[in-house]
Amino acid sequence: MSTQLPMVEVRGARKSFGAVEVLKGIDLSVDRGQIVAIIGPSGSGKSTLLRSINHLESLNSGEVWLDGVQVNQKLHGQAFERHINKVRQQMGMVFQHFNLFPHLTVLENISMGPIILKGMTRSDAHALAHSLLSKVGLADKIDAYPSRLSGGQKQRVAIARALAMQPKVMLFDEATSALDPELVDEVNAVMKQLAAEHMTMLIVTHEMRFAGEVADRVLFMDGGVVVEEGPPGDMFRAPQKERTRTFLKKYLSA
Amino acid sequence: MDFSLMQRVFPFFVEAALVTIEITVLALILGLAVASLAAAAKMSRSAILRTIGTLYVSLFRGTPCLIQLFVLYFGGPQIGINLEPFAAGVIGLGLNIGAYMAESIRGALVAVDRGQTEAARTIGFSRFQTLRKVVLPQAARLMIRPLGVNTVALLKGSALVSTISVVELTYTAQSFIGSTYKPFEIFGVAALLYMIMVYAVARVVDLLDKRFAIV
Repeated sequence: MSTQLPMVEVRGARKSFGAVEVLKGIDLSVDRGQIVAIIGPSGSGKSTLLRSINHLESLNSGEVWLDGVQVNQKLHGQAFERHINKVRQQMGMVFQHFNLFPHLTVLENISMGPIILKGMTRSDAHALAHSLLSKVGLADKIDAYPSRLSGGQKQRVAIARALAMQPKVMLFDEATSALDPELVDEVNAVMKQLAAEHMTMLIVTHEMRFAGEVADRVLFMDGGVVVEEGPPGDMFRAPQKERTRTFLKKYLSA
Repeated sequence: MDFSLMQRVFPFFVEAALVTIEITVLALILGLAVASLAAAAKMSRSAILRTIGTLYVSLFRGTPCLIQLFVLYFGGPQIGINLEPFAAGVIGLGLNIGAYMAESIRGALVAVDRGQTEAARTIGFSRFQTLRKVVLPQAARLMIRPLGVNTVALLKGSALVSTISVVELTYTAQSFIGSTYKPFEIFGVAALLYMIMVYAVARVVDLLDKRFAIV
């Protein structure tokens, strides 16, 4: 039964910042192991949608569900705080600007979540950190501080930090947008590896080629609505809507 | 210049400077405690606490420290608060500098990138864990210099308590004027001692700054 539930589900999501409505009723369902890329122009609401899934933005109306549990439950005060802290442990989030903790080493960045929140022993957490760092190709940086790393290395550590909580889903918010072009591939390679391991992923991105390679489904958002969605092959080869065509033309020719 | 006079009064002044240090340290401890509470209040989600914090800071930054000391020491007995000069001095200076330090602390907390809080929260850390493990360690470093500036201001401002008859460095200097009529030498020695103390504070701030540096 539970395997038939979508891993992530968004129903009728609406969100305004002041007078500006940035999400105008979004519905989205992501199956276990599915990879969905969200594309669209700046200000289309794609980052806000991703952040709402994690409750970094709270919706004005609509529901967000993770694996059968409602994320934005109508709880108040400490009860909601406890609930959301539990739910967030099951979602990994990767940011455009990495947001590694600069006062902690790579090892500490990765292991503090499992140690403090999951009660993992120090040595288990260190072993976990080590194996995750090997996976992202940075085992030799385990004792480095973030300031000593390149952008691509920082983002790979950030991915390892998110994975350390053994999340059910990974949310990528323009993970490669702040990187120098030559560093993008090393981060994309890690994401592809996660895809091969059937991690459920939502990827907000400006990189159409990467979205085409890795995603099962592509969502095109504009003006706070999902304009069009479908498998990347169809979307990129034969977009149905005029707005999608205009947007893709600009990106694919570049 | 009467150097021999300066030499003769010097030991008395050093003793008086110790009182200045004592007042400064006690007022600093009180100020830091009050400032932490006021900064927390100003950043609280409760509107009432935010108002209390804002009122405290505006009141103590918006009026002269001298008036605050007078209200406390001379006005206090009228409302049943009878304080010794020394206690009134420490409390008055502490409450005053606390208002400035509250802003130094709040400024440092606000200066830590929002992305740090977001990253911690998305891992699943509570507000308190995020503050304790992620924001404070980074803010601590950012508040060392501003708090150092506040401490120097406190040290120099402690001269004001001479007006409510606390026998510290400035009071002692004044008490020698009547018998010597040599204000240049007398206040010169006092100034020199203040400078030495300010320099010491600056050195400590430098050391702390190095100690807490993020690699």
